Amino acid sequence: MDRRYINFIFILVLVAAIIWIDLPRAEGAAGIKIGTFERTLNPVLGLDLRGGMQVLLAPPEGSDIDKQALEDAALTLENRANGLGVSEVVFQVAGEKYILGEFPGLTNTEEVIATVKQTGLLEFVDAGNTYLPDGTLITTDHGLTEPVINDPAIVPVVNSEGVVEPADYVFHTVMLGSEIENVSVEVDQVTGTFIIPFEVTADSTKMFREYTAANINKNLAIVLDKRVISCPTIQGALDGGGQISGNFTSETANNLAVTLRYGRLPVALEVVESRIIGPTLGEDSLSKSLLAGAIGFSIVILFMTIYYRLPGVVAVFSIAIYAGLTFALFKLIPVTLTLPSIAGFLLSTGSALDANILIFERLKEELRNGRTLQQAIDLGWKRAWPSIRDSNIATIITSIILFWFGSAFGASIVKGFALTLALGVGVSLFTAIVVTRNFLSIVIKLINPARHQKWFGA
Amino acid sequence: MLNILGKRYIFFAISFLIIIPGLIMLGINGMPLSIDFKGGTLLEVQFPSNALPSTEQVKDIYDGLGVKDAQIQTTEDTVLIIRSSVLSDTVRLDILEQLTALAGSELVIRKADTVGPSIGEGVTERALQAVGLAALAIVLYITFAFRGVPHAFRYGVCAIIAMIHDVLIVLALTGYGARLFGWQVDSLYLTAVLTVIGFSVQDKIVVFDRIRENNTIYRKLEFEKLANHSIVQTLQRSINTQLMTVEFFLLSLALFGGVTLREFAVILLVGLFSGTYSSIFIAAPLLVVWENQEWKTWFRRTPKTA
Repeated sequence: MDRRYINFIFILVLVAAIIWIDLPRAEGAAGIKIGTFERTLNPVLGLDLRGGMQVLLAPPEGSDIDKQALEDAALTLENRANGLGVSEVVFQVAGEKYILGEFPGLTNTEEVIATVKQTGLLEFVDAGNTYLPDGTLITTDHGLTEPVINDPAIVPVVNSEGVVEPADYVFHTVMLGSEIENVSVEVDQVTGTFIIPFEVTADSTKMFREYTAANINKNLAIVLDKRVISCPTIQGALDGGGQISGNFTSETANNLAVTLRYGRLPVALEVVESRIIGPTLGEDSLSKSLLAGAIGFSIVILFMTIYYRLPGVVAVFSIAIYAGLTFALFKLIPVTLTLPSIAGFLLSTGSALDANILIFERLKEELRNGRTLQQAIDLGWKRAWPSIRDSNIATIITSIILFWFGSAFGASIVKGFALTLALGVGVSLFTAIVVTRNFLSIVIKLINPARHQKWFGA
Repeated sequence: MLNILGKRYIFFAISFLIIIPGLIMLGINGMPLSIDFKGGTLLEVQFPSNALPSTEQVKDIYDGLGVKDAQIQTTEDTVLIIRSSVLSDTVRLDILEQLTALAGSELVIRKADTVGPSIGEGVTERALQAVGLAALAIVLYITFAFRGVPHAFRYGVCAIIAMIHDVLIVLALTGYGARLFGWQVDSLYLTAVLTVIGFSVQDKIVVFDRIRENNTIYRKLEFEKLANHSIVQTLQRSINTQLMTVEFFLLSLALFGGVTLREFAVILLVGLFSGTYSSIFIAAPLLVVWENQEWKTWFRRTPKTA
């Protein structure tokens, strides 16, 4: 079989995959899942397009910067914010000394800053025979002046909605987070599961030993800011320390260890930058840039078809595949779409067009020099290739350096731009090599080119 | 055939005429740095129609709370952009409360940015470092890619000089824009400049590639004629790629993309145009100047024989 047709079939399969990935999906619809690779296939919109708040936190001027402490702080903040029921909050270390927090849809600075500043109260709570699922909100007697005596006849339960019944039940706090130390994460030699060993401070050892001895097989809930984060069962009297086991993954075990270690943040942080984008401005920008893109693309289609005729039509298909493929990659990686990243995408669309135009100008030249159409296509391609290759490689070099700069400095704008530019240029090389060339060759095979020279604008 | 390179000094002069006044304007007024770089608070508030307060009223509110440096700008019909030094959360809420009282109904907060003064420090410096590094990498790459032609190193250097030309054009434009429309240099602006740099180099290489190719075909031809021939051959492509496609995208972005993107789109429009222009009228002529070592005749009184 002709190589061209094999390539053509490959392109068709690719187009089908692109369409499947690019089709808009209902919120919460099934995405893609292959092993550990899981994507919802919804485009990820940045805050400038969907509205929300972004804060940049940094340790106070002049303090020592410990990268590990920053990582831990970011994790703690994220857990805390998620504990508060604010959805999709992301905290991540940016650059050398910043933590970037993003709160989609939320525009209440005060609430966020309160979250950041709050110290985080960690308690070990006597749950008796009741298993408290993660996330349950409970009342404890820590900080109450009057001790609460529960009627032993009342056994609290957690109903299907995750609410404790009776609602006014007060749990007894056995120990605070400040009374434990040396928390680590280990793998149990026998069972191969993750465990979290910890030690109890000398002052509390006796109390903890007596309490655990008296409560074997009862539940001891670990509670952060009144919300249950884990509810292990006491398996024996604990002398000076113990270990928490459960159904942990490496990640959840580490999260819990960080929380235990730092009920409070490992570093002091202050807000050095906050940006709030109202939802109306975000929507406005999104719809306007989409409109502008659609208008621009229509003009380009018109121009290419009128000026280059048949090859122009081929180029329009090729650019459409380019755009679809790039968008599919944005969804798969996933790349957060912001105004700068859209700019990078538009610019790489320019490169993709340029590649096509370079080939067609060469093709016309060769036709003028009296070559046959098939020769002209092969030669035009061959001659245009070095310039396409070298110019795009230069752009990729630039975007790699910009990406590095953006990551090192926490300049997420520059990073997003560089990433989409590099991706787009890479894809445009692919579509120029594979798609445009193959389509043209096949078109030539299907029609009798000698009779249709004018279709090529020659 | 079109003789572009023969008029090279005219094109150099045109570029100088555009760049110098703009840079002087920038020099006089200073770089219009936004809060992204110098720190401060920016509030962008939309008022209900016919309830837009006057600049003085807003200024009074800020003054009343001890913020003396508020700058107020009206965009669209009902949107105010107010820039000031950093406002604490409480002051910011006070201001919004008073503005709401002034308007008599709920306001739409489109944007509220607060940037601490330490953030911007070093950004420019680092950006320059990154661009310098990129320029160096590109000179090396071009020298490598053009190793088949004599003096491959010159191509890289001329590409970078022309790229600097494009950045200067953008800076000059910023000078005019700041003067006439109150433009500000923010992080989106930085993105635009980086884009101009990327595209500029890409375009130079396409034009240089033609010189590289013709070099092997017309071995005996004088360099100036060779370069001129190459430019004319790539002219159609330059016009089509640049004017007909990329600029259409940007023009529609400038016209329909909303206020946020207008400044960005205009800078790209001019910067990318300059990128293509300078490939033909700056970068290639510079190669010729270098080949002929014309600087030796610049300060002599004998008429130039071109």
